[in-house]
Amino acid sequence: MIGWRWAAARLGGTVLTLFGVTAVVFIVLRLIPGDAITAALGIESGALTPAQRAALEYQYGTDRPWIVQFADWLGQLLRGDLGLSLTSGKSVGGLIAAALPVTVELAVLAAAMGTVTGVALGVLAGSGPGRARDSVTQGVTLVGLAVPEFVLGTTVVVLLAEAFGYFPDTGTFVPLTESLAGNLSQLMYPALVLAVGFAANVVRATRSEFVEIAEADFVRTARGKGLPAARVRLAHILRNAWVPIVTLTGIQFGYLLGGTVIVEHVFALPGMGRLLYTAISDRDYPVVQGAVLVIAALFVLINLATDLVYRALDPRTRAS
Amino acid sequence: MSSVLRVEGLRTAIGDVEIVRGVGFAVAAGETLAVVGESGSGKSMTALSIAGLLPRGGRVVGGEVLLEGRDVLALPEARRRAVRGAEIGMIYQDPMTSLNPLTRVGAQVAEGLTAHGWTKVRARSRTLEVLAEVGLPSPAAIARLYPHQLSGGMRQRVLIAAAIAPRPKVLIADEPTTALDVTIQQQILDVVARLRDEYGLAVVWITHDLGVVARIADEVLVMYAGRAVERASVRPLFAAPAHPYTAGLLRSIPTPATVHRGALPQIGGIPAAPSGLPAGCPFAPRCPQRIGRCEHEEPPLTDRSPGHAACWVSPEHWAGEAR
Repeated sequence: MIGWRWAAARLGGTVLTLFGVTAVVFIVLRLIPGDAITAALGIESGALTPAQRAALEYQYGTDRPWIVQFADWLGQLLRGDLGLSLTSGKSVGGLIAAALPVTVELAVLAAAMGTVTGVALGVLAGSGPGRARDSVTQGVTLVGLAVPEFVLGTTVVVLLAEAFGYFPDTGTFVPLTESLAGNLSQLMYPALVLAVGFAANVVRATRSEFVEIAEADFVRTARGKGLPAARVRLAHILRNAWVPIVTLTGIQFGYLLGGTVIVEHVFALPGMGRLLYTAISDRDYPVVQGAVLVIAALFVLINLATDLVYRALDPRTRAS
Repeated sequence: MSSVLRVEGLRTAIGDVEIVRGVGFAVAAGETLAVVGESGSGKSMTALSIAGLLPRGGRVVGGEVLLEGRDVLALPEARRRAVRGAEIGMIYQDPMTSLNPLTRVGAQVAEGLTAHGWTKVRARSRTLEVLAEVGLPSPAAIARLYPHQLSGGMRQRVLIAAAIAPRPKVLIADEPTTALDVTIQQQILDVVARLRDEYGLAVVWITHDLGVVARIADEVLVMYAGRAVERASVRPLFAAPAHPYTAGLLRSIPTPATVHRGALPQIGGIPAAPSGLPAGCPFAPRCPQRIGRCEHEEPPLTDRSPGHAACWVSPEHWAGEAR
C-alpha cells in the first residue's frame, strides 16, 4: 500500500516546507517598516530617547541580530514553546489554541456546504451540457466567483440586520462545546459566505470533469449494458470525477484556513485570521510566526490527507 | 431460417449530415454477418444505431431495427433500456478504455445482470461462470482485479463476458480485434465463434479487415459512403465480387503471388466524405469501371445472383484485369 520510501520522502518534504515558510515569514516580517515599539506607541515613539528605545528593544529582544533571533526562536520551537506575545505577554501557544478551533470549524462548515452544493450543481449542469440548467448554473457560478468576500459578507450582515432585525451575538464567542445552537448562530453565516466561492470552484471542476468523462468509452460500455441513466451517472461518471474533485477540495480547504481573515473580521470572530491580522498590525512577531507556522503545518497535513484519499479512490495509484 | 435481427432502410445522422443512408440486412441465430468498410463508411454508426448507443448529436432519422419482429427504435426509452444489454449485447474496439478504471471487473460484469433484474447472488455466480466461459483462468481471482491489472486481450475477454452474461440474442462486435496483437486477435475470434455456436447468437461483426471476415463471417455487407454497395455470402463474395469497390478491397490483400512484387494494388483517391457526396454513385470518382451514368445517378442495391450489388456495370462488362 504505502511504502516506507514514500512516507520518508513525504516527511522530509514536510519538514523542509515548514522550515522554508518559517524562514520567509521571519525575514518578511522584519522587512516591513515599523516594529512593535512604533506600533504600540504610535507617533509618541518619536519622543523616545535613544536610551529608552534601546531599553525597549532589549526587552522585546529585537536588538539582537536577525540570525540570533531566528536561531533562538527555532530552539524554543523544538522544545514546543512558541514564545510570548509582544503586546499582551500571553503565551503564543495559548492564543493559537483559542483561535484555531474557530477557524477550523468555520473552514469545515464552509467546505462541507461548498462541496455538497458544488458537486450537486456540477452534476446538474454537467449532465445536460448546453441545456438551460447548464447555462443557469454556470451563470450563478460566475457570480459566485466574481463577488468578493467582503462585499458578500457585509451584504449578509446588513441584510440580516435590516430585513430581519437579526444581529448575530458577537459580544463573546460561544464555543461548540458550550452551546451548539449558539455556536452555529455565530458561525452559520460566515461559513455560508465562505462556502459560496468554495462551491463555485467545485461546480466548475465537477461540471467540466462530468462532461469530459461522459464521452469516455467505458461510459458507453455502461450504457450498453442497459444500466439506468442514474446509475451510469453516479457509479461511472461521478465515480471517476471524484478523483480530481477531491484534489481540488483539499487544496481549497487548505486555502480556507489562511483565507478567513476578511470574513472573520466582518463577522467579528476570534479566529486565526483575526489573530494574524491584529498581530501583523501590532508587529507582534512571535504571534505572526507561530500562527503562520501552524497554518502552514495544517496545509501540509491536508495535502497529505488529500493524497491518501486520492490513493484510496484510484486503484491505479496503488502498487499492485 | 428466420432472422433474429432485421435492419431495414436504417438512416442515421450526426447533426445535419447523414452518415448511414439506408442500410438493410438480416442475421439469423448462430450466424455472423460481417459489415466491412473503410473508416467513415458508416459501419460503426450502423452498429451504434442498432445498439442505441449513438454519441451526442447522433440520431436515427429513418428505418427499422427489428428484433424478433419488434421495432426497437419505436420503443420508449425505458423499454429500450431493457433491450440494451439484455437482448442486444455489444463489444467494443478499444478494450483499454472500454472498462471503468476504478471498478473491479467482476462488478462490471455483474452490474449488467442486476440492472436487468438478476439478484446479487445469481449475478455473482453467473459472472464467475461467464468469466470461465470466455477462457479466463481462475475467474474468482480475476473478478477481484481492476482493469489496469489485466492485459488488452484479457480485458476484451472481460468485455465479451459482460456482453454475453445476460444471454442476449444479438451480439454486436464493433472491431473488437483491431486494437489487439495478431495472436490475440485469433483467440478473440475463436472465443466469439464458440460462444455464437453455444448460445445461438446472431452476430454483427464490424470490421475493416477482410482477413477477419474470411475467418468468422457467413454473410458480408460491404459499406461505402453510408450505403451497402454489396451483400453476399462470404465464399461467393471472395470468389467473385460484384462491385468494383469490393474487388478493389480484395485486390489489396497481400497473397503469396503479390509478396515482393512491389506495391500492392490499391484503390486510388480518398473515401467520399459524408458531408460532400457527389451527385451520382459516391464511389464513381475512384472507380476504374465508371461509365457516364455513374456521374449523375446513384445505383440501388440490386440482385446480382448469388448476392446483391449497387453498381450500374455488371462484372461481365468490367474492363481490364477485373476481379
